[in-house]
Amino acid sequence: MDLLPILATLKRHKTAAGLIVLQVALTCAIVCNALFLISQRLERINEPSGLVDDELVVVSVVGVGPSQNADAQTRTDLQALRAVPGVQQLSVINQLPFGRSFSMSTMRTQADRNAPGVGVASYNASEGWLQALGLRLVAGRDFEASEYLDNSTLEQSETGKVTALVINKALAERLFPGADAVGQTLYGISDEPTRIVGVVERLVTPHPGGSDDMNVYSMLLPVRESFRGGAYVLRTEPGRREAVLKAAIAALDQTGPGRILRQQQLFSEMRSAYYAQDRNMVHLLVGVCLALMVVTAFGIVGLASFWVQQRTRMIGTRRALGATRGQILRYFQAENLLLSGLGIVIGMAAAYGISLLLMQNYEMPRLPWSYLPVGALVLCALGQLAVLAPARRAAALPPVAALRG
Amino acid sequence: MFAYYLDLALRSCRANPVLTGLMVLALGLGIGASMTTLTVYHVLSADPLPGRSERLHLVQLDAGQLQGWRAGEEPDEQLTRLDAQNLLAEARAPRQALMSGGTAIVQDQAEQAEARSVSARYASADFFAMMGAPLRFGSGWSAADDAAHARVVVISHELNERLFGGADSSGRSLRVQDTEMRIIGVLAPWRLTPHFYDLNMGSYARVEELFVPFATAMEIGLNRAGSMNCWGNERVNDPLAAGANCAWMQYWVELPDAQARQDYRAYLVAYAERQRQAGRFERPPNERLRSVRAWLVHKQVVPGDVRLQLWLALGFLLVCLTNTVGLLLAKCLRGTPQIGVRRALGASRKAIFAQHLVEALVIGGAGGLLGLLLAWIGLLGVRMNPASYAELARLDGPMLAACIAVSLLASVAAGLLPAWRAAQVAPALQLKSQ
Repeated sequence: MDLLPILATLKRHKTAAGLIVLQVALTCAIVCNALFLISQRLERINEPSGLVDDELVVVSVVGVGPSQNADAQTRTDLQALRAVPGVQQLSVINQLPFGRSFSMSTMRTQADRNAPGVGVASYNASEGWLQALGLRLVAGRDFEASEYLDNSTLEQSETGKVTALVINKALAERLFPGADAVGQTLYGISDEPTRIVGVVERLVTPHPGGSDDMNVYSMLLPVRESFRGGAYVLRTEPGRREAVLKAAIAALDQTGPGRILRQQQLFSEMRSAYYAQDRNMVHLLVGVCLALMVVTAFGIVGLASFWVQQRTRMIGTRRALGATRGQILRYFQAENLLLSGLGIVIGMAAAYGISLLLMQNYEMPRLPWSYLPVGALVLCALGQLAVLAPARRAAALPPVAALRG
Repeated sequence: MFAYYLDLALRSCRANPVLTGLMVLALGLGIGASMTTLTVYHVLSADPLPGRSERLHLVQLDAGQLQGWRAGEEPDEQLTRLDAQNLLAEARAPRQALMSGGTAIVQDQAEQAEARSVSARYASADFFAMMGAPLRFGSGWSAADDAAHARVVVISHELNERLFGGADSSGRSLRVQDTEMRIIGVLAPWRLTPHFYDLNMGSYARVEELFVPFATAMEIGLNRAGSMNCWGNERVNDPLAAGANCAWMQYWVELPDAQARQDYRAYLVAYAERQRQAGRFERPPNERLRSVRAWLVHKQVVPGDVRLQLWLALGFLLVCLTNTVGLLLAKCLRGTPQIGVRRALGASRKAIFAQHLVEALVIGGAGGLLGLLLAWIGLLGVRMNPASYAELARLDGPMLAACIAVSLLASVAAGLLPAWRAAQVAPALQLKSQ
């Protein structure tokens, strides 16, 4: 198909053609970046925590007055909770992924305090944590009974020494690349070294998904929190969670009356609440993309219809001189392709510019190249779809239209 | 003349209902989206204490260890308890307050109602005056109460509603943890946006429900919450002790003018120098004295997502505008024969230009109205979302005015090019071709 007549016609409608090009370019630039933002958010939302999210419930209580012996009370609580029907395993943890608190320590491979360290989220976990949280050990072993100690004992001890440590794989690979982390020692909990006894495949920090690269390392210490410093995490079957939660609350009320509930939640709810803002943003971005495309499509329909009407005589003349309906149809489709194509080329450059701005201001990674052809394809298809109706109307014009004028 | 143009515009719109509808819809969507996001941005970047905020300043000192120190780096956002207490004792500003947050369990003594956990703020006497806290009943406590570790509290309007049904509860007693305290003040409903004096509690957190003199709270061992940064080589057994190398307190001063700010800054440098000579500070003086606005800007308190949404909506408005310009142009050009006739009958270029601009304003006005409606629905949607600031998103007077201004501006911007093109139509040519 000859492009020259199309170009000659467009030359006489520079402003209108320019407006379509501009609109396609803007839409292309925004849609490319929005699609990338959406994929980033989805990746964040779907990041596995390493825990069995759908099998956990969390309960924590606070004492009204100063408890005489929080550790003893905690042991009683654990015993009562273990007896709750449906509870497979349980543990007391000082902090949880998607929770409010975030405690971390700077860990070093050398004893020297000036040596560089890595910020590591630090989970204190009591017996049973491995099964209760559903973590997967990829190297080493679980803590042994002799390695556990009460947090209150630790706080009063002279050195603050903790003997054993389980770290996540991300930290193992960061500190000991290519080597076996189990058996190595780390400093940072106290002046004394702590031996790594195990590595879990995956365990996110309490606030996963931030822009900070350091926010991926975590470790577990064999330290028993009392009910004051930790939450009870109970593992059960997904279908029994609500019932278990209810029974657990009743059991805690029995063992230590006068305390009030601080938290009672399914772990999956904590996760869902944590990502609520991201989900919201995804919906919003999808909505804006759709609205942009609809507006652009209507813009194309409007201008194309106008052109068809304006060129009625030209179309009639061409038809009278032997052009087929198909040729007229393709003329308008090609014209649209030309304009969209130009818009898309400009739009891609703009998309890249916007991406650079986002990188500077929002710590976003660079827009991957693969999003550009996707955006181009979407806009091309949109343009062709929008122009179809006016183009068909043009093709349906009878040759005598030229004479009616 | 305007009435005639208006009549022409309405006729022209009625003659092309689909095209007109499309333009109004596009403009409405664009204006609605931008007004929604602009309102959220406007609310979240608001001044928490209009007329007072430029006088309040956050004090930062650098009490960290020399190890790992880099010249000019940002000092800790909070002070150690000892520094906060020292500055308060020396009281070099007209007003100053140290504070920290926490949670406490309260129980109404008389009613024996169920105990509940409430958010609390432990502060010194000037807090209420500095933050402009509206007291409904009673008053705040005095510096003498601070010194005496008085067992007094001020409670929020909400807590008073829940515990005492909104009655004047000043003078009544309240059990806080294990201690019996006397309520001396009840606040009127109060919300600071953002929660600037302690952003660790959440930038748009609600104001606390219970206020206790700091010294009292420490003495009876109330729970502390918020961020804390400890350093040094000694193991810290009690991070809340006055001597501990742990920064966890906010310290605000009220300084009326530039001279006072300069003097206070000099005083802070001298204080840090004295501490260094005493061997307590290791680093050279590195103080910060930020006004509320500077502090909020420094902490980038408006969420990144909100700023992103604003840009997204403005981009969308731009596309909608381009769309409207294109459609309006098509509509104008379609009417070229009529313009030719009007020109031939003596209408000036200016008249044609004005006529088409009025048409653009009519469409813009309709689009603006639709946009306002959509913004109202959009904000309803924002308020239903789970973010802490959601409930704050409401259209106010200035935003309403901005909405009208934006739609007027948008319609004029959309109408200029088509109107100009219409004014270029030559009368003779059109008549000839008929």
